[in-house]
Amino acid sequence: MRTPPSLLSLTIEKAVLNLSHFSDLSPLPDHILLDLFLRTIKAGKLNEKVLKLFMATGKDEVLILIQTLNIKHILTPVLPTKDIKDSDIDIVIGALQPDLTSFLNEWRPVFSRFHLIIVKDPDLKEQLNIPEGFDHHVYTKPDIEKAVGASSTILFSGYSCRYFGYLVSKKKYIISIDDDCLPARDNEGNLVDPVAQHITNLTTPATPFFFNTLYDPFRDGADFVRGYPFSLRSGVTCALSCGLWLNLADYDAPTQALKPQQRNSQYVDLVMTVPARALLPVSGINIAFEREMVGPALFPALRLAREGKLRWETIEDIWSGMCAKVICDHLGLGVKTGLPYVWRSDKGDPIESLKKEWQGVKLMEEVVPFFQSVRLPRTATTTEDCVAEMAKSVRERLGSVDPVFNHAADAMLQWVKLWKSVGSVSSTPGDEGVGSSDEDYSGGESEAPECSRTPPVDRELKDKLFRKYGGYISTLKHEFSKKKKKGTLPKEARQILFDWWSVHNKWPYPTV
Amino acid sequence: MAQLLSPPLKDDLDIVIPTIRNLDFLEMWRPFFQPYHLIIVQDGDPTKKIRVPEGFDYELYNRNDVNRVLGPKANCISFKDSACRCFGFLVSKKKYIFTIDDDCFVAKDPSGKEINALAQHIENLLAPSTPFFFNTLYDPFREGADFVRGYPFSLREGVPTAISHGLWLNIPDYDAPTQLVKPRERNTRYVDAVMAIPKGTLFPMCGMNLAFDRELIGPAMYFGLMGDGQPIGRYDDMWAGWCAKVICDHLKLGVKTGLPYIWHSKASNPFVNLKKEYKGIYWQEDIIPFFQNVVLPKECTTVQKCYIELSKQVKEKLGPLDPYFQKLGDAMLTWIEAWEDINSPAKTAPSQANGAKKDESSTKQK
Repeated sequence: MRTPPSLLSLTIEKAVLNLSHFSDLSPLPDHILLDLFLRTIKAGKLNEKVLKLFMATGKDEVLILIQTLNIKHILTPVLPTKDIKDSDIDIVIGALQPDLTSFLNEWRPVFSRFHLIIVKDPDLKEQLNIPEGFDHHVYTKPDIEKAVGASSTILFSGYSCRYFGYLVSKKKYIISIDDDCLPARDNEGNLVDPVAQHITNLTTPATPFFFNTLYDPFRDGADFVRGYPFSLRSGVTCALSCGLWLNLADYDAPTQALKPQQRNSQYVDLVMTVPARALLPVSGINIAFEREMVGPALFPALRLAREGKLRWETIEDIWSGMCAKVICDHLGLGVKTGLPYVWRSDKGDPIESLKKEWQGVKLMEEVVPFFQSVRLPRTATTTEDCVAEMAKSVRERLGSVDPVFNHAADAMLQWVKLWKSVGSVSSTPGDEGVGSSDEDYSGGESEAPECSRTPPVDRELKDKLFRKYGGYISTLKHEFSKKKKKGTLPKEARQILFDWWSVHNKWPYPTV
Repeated sequence: MAQLLSPPLKDDLDIVIPTIRNLDFLEMWRPFFQPYHLIIVQDGDPTKKIRVPEGFDYELYNRNDVNRVLGPKANCISFKDSACRCFGFLVSKKKYIFTIDDDCFVAKDPSGKEINALAQHIENLLAPSTPFFFNTLYDPFREGADFVRGYPFSLREGVPTAISHGLWLNIPDYDAPTQLVKPRERNTRYVDAVMAIPKGTLFPMCGMNLAFDRELIGPAMYFGLMGDGQPIGRYDDMWAGWCAKVICDHLKLGVKTGLPYIWHSKASNPFVNLKKEYKGIYWQEDIIPFFQNVVLPKECTTVQKCYIELSKQVKEKLGPLDPYFQKLGDAMLTWIEAWEDINSPAKTAPSQANGAKKDESSTKQK
């Protein structure tokens, strides 16, 4: 006869079933805690709340087991997109300040899963300081010169340095956030994961041909309203996702100077498609896009005569954003705006910026009628073709208004050339340029993707746990990988039940 | 915002409510609505007595009144459909209209505070709109917001707002097929935004929680031929919204959507709705391209002229789709004629207005 299960075993099994009622697991002895953890995983009951419960015990064994099993902590309950892998995404950061330590440390919970492309502003003299623990590549002035030639390097100065990152990326999606932005919190106080939100925006359809009054109908809890034409409900691919900013909103210098204390504290829970033919200012501070579809249309072309190192002293993103919107409308691609938010730090003095010329503001007045009326020919069916056509129109209709537009048209054509040559070259990760630049080596800059090193003391504990539980963990792995037949319990469980039945079939009731 | 001593636009705004049952819902709205004048349009059986809670200043019109006031033109006003509410728009003498359904209650914002929907609509209507360029921080005239970098300064003055379209928490305004698929879905997301719908973009205008400037757009707010004897229902507000939006775009007027929210309590029967809507669902596929391609000539400089031109194009372009559109086009003309009759200078002079009201309305109370 089979030995009946021990009291401890039964207790742990019961505990697994009632995990949702526990608020604190720290009183449990270590070996029981570990057993409970493994059985929770086996039972498929490890959700975020339960994971937090185990992590809150602070017990090293549990934490190391979590790390070993590569269990990831999800920050915000944004619906995970099924087919998008972390390796489909590049995060591009334009470094206009040398010390990225606090910036990257704040973003660590979100960014550490992904590959980062950090492009240093060619005008920045100091060395970059990058903390450990990130899978990243750094590009500096020599790398840019090598890739595009010394004469084109000017294109990538200041905020435009991030475009170089777009050029050399090989991933499907790019997410780009300014280096003076930090994670924001939503109205419930949860940390916002802009990567997850941008990806959700990009992988659900956009609806530019008819306005939905409940905004994005593909969000949880929303749908198309009465009166929305059915033929338009499948939507189109969303190629560009524009996020927003809490604290220092993206205002121009006059507005910020007029309202120096104004800070954006309104977290508006909204994602929506910008309707076709509607123009908008696309801010480069917090955006994401599908690289192949929109990359050629996001370019550093409109450079102001006295462009500065503050956002309100530039207009490059506004210009390329308007071009991108016209091109998206032409190609039937969608543009979304709204969530996610980032928290933008206070920076700069708008009044000082006002003392410089208002060139950007003046230029906008010239360009709006142009963008409202520009039409691209039917024959322009790729983004690159559209940009080339756009450049032609810019030269024809705006060239005489201000020489800066002729330069812009030239830059747009140059960009298309670069995109076709540099942007579409397939190369192995090693050749990207890291290492060819001997300018910047700071303590944290790593050359290899593998970044985390376990300190020696934990390594010993890790080995000990592996010896003790290694067999069990590999059994678990094997079990999870097996395809389970519906309705059939594991052989062991069935045996236990049969044994019990053979003992109790005459009187199958609990005895008092 | 500090408590206002006098309700805003108290003498310039009418609240129009179509009803077929009772007006008990007004009790909940009392703190917000009581200072205003109500125009109640009673649909259905005119012999039924509609109870209005005590203390409200109102005029009530039933079908007999509609027939009496409009005579032969009364056929443009729908029967057995909330589309009849536009009769209230017709006879109002005020500058602004707020219309609400009798199953809509006061909602609460995320902080638990009751929302004064009327005050928000007024705020929306009194502030300009920005339909020519999209502001990514939504309505730049709201407290705490502004125009973002890159927004052209020449467009920052905005244009007058003609329509303020509010939203609904709880039962969302879904069509019948969506209701059937998602009978339990409730709108719980409070989106703290107001925005102008860009020029050239059409939207589905819901009449449940709507306000507009009667002087700017009134004649375009005709809710069509629906209900009894008509092949279609539940497209009244949609029709008015498409006509009005096209005209607003042409006349450079703004349409806002977003706040305020009301609490929509009653889900109508999806099978009944499907019967009413199904023709509309098919016809819509032709109606939308029609509105998207409508071009109004420069000579149409008033709403009435635009509307008359629109009615011609409806008959010409949609007539082939179904004879209903010929009827609808004619009804649109009848509506404009009725509008001119009722709202011509002779009738709008103060002394005559009171007298006219006594004759026209079967019940008036205060």
